[in-house]
Amino acid sequence: MTKALVVENLYFMYEKNFVLEDINLTLEDKEFLTIIGPNGGGKTTFLKLILGLLKPFKGKILIYNKSPSKASNFIGYVPQHTNFSLDIPITVFDIVLEGRLKAFKFFYSKEDKEKTMQTLKKIKIEHLKDKRIKELSGGERQKVLIARALNCNPKIIIMDEPTSAIDPNGQKEILDLIESLDITRVVVSHDLKILLRKVDKIAYINKKLILHEGPKLNIPKDEHFCEVELIDFLREVNVGVSE
Amino acid sequence: MWELVSNSIYAGVLISIAIGIIGSLIVINKATSITGSIAHGSFGGIGIGIFLGVNILLSTTIFTVLIALILAFITIKYSHRKDSLIGVIWALGMSVGIIFLNLAPGYNADALSYLFGNILLIQNSDLYVMVLVDVVLVVSIIFLYNRFLAMSYDFEFLKVRGINVSLLYIYFLVLTSLVIVMSVRAIGIILILALFTIPSLIAEKFTNRLYKMMILSSILAFIFISSGIFISYYFDLSPTPIIVIISVLVLFLSLLKST
Repeated sequence: MTKALVVENLYFMYEKNFVLEDINLTLEDKEFLTIIGPNGGGKTTFLKLILGLLKPFKGKILIYNKSPSKASNFIGYVPQHTNFSLDIPITVFDIVLEGRLKAFKFFYSKEDKEKTMQTLKKIKIEHLKDKRIKELSGGERQKVLIARALNCNPKIIIMDEPTSAIDPNGQKEILDLIESLDITRVVVSHDLKILLRKVDKIAYINKKLILHEGPKLNIPKDEHFCEVELIDFLREVNVGVSE
Repeated sequence: MWELVSNSIYAGVLISIAIGIIGSLIVINKATSITGSIAHGSFGGIGIGIFLGVNILLSTTIFTVLIALILAFITIKYSHRKDSLIGVIWALGMSVGIIFLNLAPGYNADALSYLFGNILLIQNSDLYVMVLVDVVLVVSIIFLYNRFLAMSYDFEFLKVRGINVSLLYIYFLVLTSLVIVMSVRAIGIILILALFTIPSLIAEKFTNRLYKMMILSSILAFIFISSGIFISYYFDLSPTPIIVIISVLVLFLSLLKST
């Protein structure tokens, strides 16, 4: 069976320094990978390499057996909602519709618009469709970006810090949504609460990658289980959280 | 009176259409300083045209598009220092223009008319150029509207979708340079930036879609330009500063309303 993601012997260099070294990773179809690690450890760089936004110094990346630049039809990308200008006159419907754009496609079809409405309903944000992005809460904005990514009909969805700058209720809704998706998921997060979800693999990136994979993680689901205990747990399972 | 101002009103309509479209894209792409740099850089083309005694429209178009391409390269390749480099190109274009004017024989009053502009002096030949640029712009926006909108909001997403965003951005700057060339005789290099951005800044506050912003911005631009034409005609003043002052007053009123 085709692997969802294969990363082999990957190196990335920035200004004569290695930011990532000898990264190896395999992800099966519909698996849920969470990438954690310190700021500046290379999480976002790794994400951009998978997305084809950066070129590796050395190594191989395959997404469903294709290089990132040829896999654009398989990939749904969810950037951080805090990256965008809120003043642009654009509605929620228009943003989600962007998921239907492709190379050499200049106009949206009736089918694109119908599919967009279905996606809005699926994410339960159809009531927001005519709102401007600046009228939404952080959690709602993040849902809009997830809807746009899903509107591409992706096999794999790649998310950068999906719960950052969102209130606790919004965070829970976003994590519930990610957990419920029946596609391959790669989620970069600084928020260790994501590890309390049904993740299949944890990658800890700090220049190098340490992977914890199956058997199924047995992280205690106690709501009072705090981050300190989680870090202890990760050390036990050799995910290699730094001191 | 109509015979005297008719060409300026026709020019006002044609410039307003272009400003509504390109001005909205400039505002939402935060490309105001790049536009200023292209506009001032165009002075190099005017100086070269006067020095060589060739068609000024042709020399300005070639030079301005070249400046736009250099700026596109700089903003894509050196994004971390783009603000300073945009300023450098701004000064370079003006310097080239001044040097070639120094080298050109005689006193060149024509050069000053490009710096300050005068919509009351627009000729039929200027109108033909404006029609041509408007057609190119409208056809481009019909085909590329969805891409321009997506690029303004999130260019990285478009890259991931396999769309060549760099090429799209270069084309946007080339279109901007063509609109500058067509407007420079009417509005003038020095004040062009105000008229390119103010109507769109106002329209942005009252619209929820880009095409509505473009339409409202065009209407506002025409109101400002035509008011400026009539006031300057009756009081014998330069039209462009009047147009800019009216625009700024309305912008301030809109800011007060939105706060």
